[in-house]
Amino acid sequence: MPGDVTDEIEAPSRPESPRALFVAFTGLALQGFGGVLAVAQRVLCEERRWLTREQFVEILSIGQVLPGPNVCNVALMVGDRFFGWRGALAALAGMMAVPLAIVLVVAAAYAQFAYLPAVAGALKGMGAVAAGMIVGTALKLAGTLRSNPLGVRVGAGFALLAFGAVALLRWPLVWVLLALGCVACGLAWLRLAPAHAGGKG
Amino acid sequence: MSPAEWLALFGHFLLLSLLAIGGAITVAPDMHRVLVGEMGLIDDAQFSASIAIAQASPGPNVLFVAVMGYQAAGLAGAAVTLVGIMLPSTTLALAAARWGNARRDWRPVQAFKAGMAPLVLGLLFATGWILVGETPGWPLVLLTAATALLVWRTRIHLLALIGAGAVIGAMGWL
Repeated sequence: MPGDVTDEIEAPSRPESPRALFVAFTGLALQGFGGVLAVAQRVLCEERRWLTREQFVEILSIGQVLPGPNVCNVALMVGDRFFGWRGALAALAGMMAVPLAIVLVVAAAYAQFAYLPAVAGALKGMGAVAAGMIVGTALKLAGTLRSNPLGVRVGAGFALLAFGAVALLRWPLVWVLLALGCVACGLAWLRLAPAHAGGKG
Repeated sequence: MSPAEWLALFGHFLLLSLLAIGGAITVAPDMHRVLVGEMGLIDDAQFSASIAIAQASPGPNVLFVAVMGYQAAGLAGAAVTLVGIMLPSTTLALAAARWGNARRDWRPVQAFKAGMAPLVLGLLFATGWILVGETPGWPLVLLTAATALLVWRTRIHLLALIGAGAVIGAMGWL
């Protein structure tokens, strides 16, 4: 029975207070350049040992399905798990507060020095790298289509359609997601039927 | 900006928050459409710089939204865009995590996951495409492609890549 699988094996440790959550998430956010997820896994599972790997993967998969920044959703759910909404707020605030102050200082400094060709050039270079990182991450994640019930071909087709509509045609995202999303989820629902004939619902 | 424009900006980010499946970066193309296109608050260079600044700073990538708001309308702009992008999704995440966790093996939940996954991928590629810009020179495209390949195939530290990009750009090679 799919019960509370998450609680079967407990992690060896737990945060003593929301304040400890705040401190831990501030620390891991400050280590995360170009993304926090990898650091979050290392700190929460291996250093602090507040979560087992399985628990982390499960929280992450829910965080990825929900809208909003993945790592922020993870912070919320980890905090919620230990201290309810107070923990959720503490973890999220820890993740955001200090990095926000830093990024705004950097942005203000950029505005001061944007006229310098070297600064404009550096930002242009970093922008190109940022674009490449996103494409590289997409390429990495494309491998997950292999285990998708839609299959690689249909999945790749939907990915291409979404890309074309948003990047080339510049259609508003809300309509693209609603239209393509309904078709894709509907198709997935049909495909899931045979394999889960004995399941609930 | 007029009060109506502030409201439009806030409302748009509230909406994008609920659409940002796979992270805030997946809705960056739509932010570009509105901030650079429709409202004309920032230009192409500022848009790309916002994401680059956030990538080069520690913390979650979603902070690029605050940088965009800051470039568009100062600290008030940063507050409006960041609160807008966070508020609906965090509220929903708390409620839905408890709900979805209990129904992990339920067919509609699985169909939703499976159906949205390829769209999230397509949106990530679209974000990369839009970040490269309308009329990139070939060195820029080359740098983007090389980065994509390194991120995909190696475990090279992301900070090293950002640093390399900064140096290459500062030298005026792009």
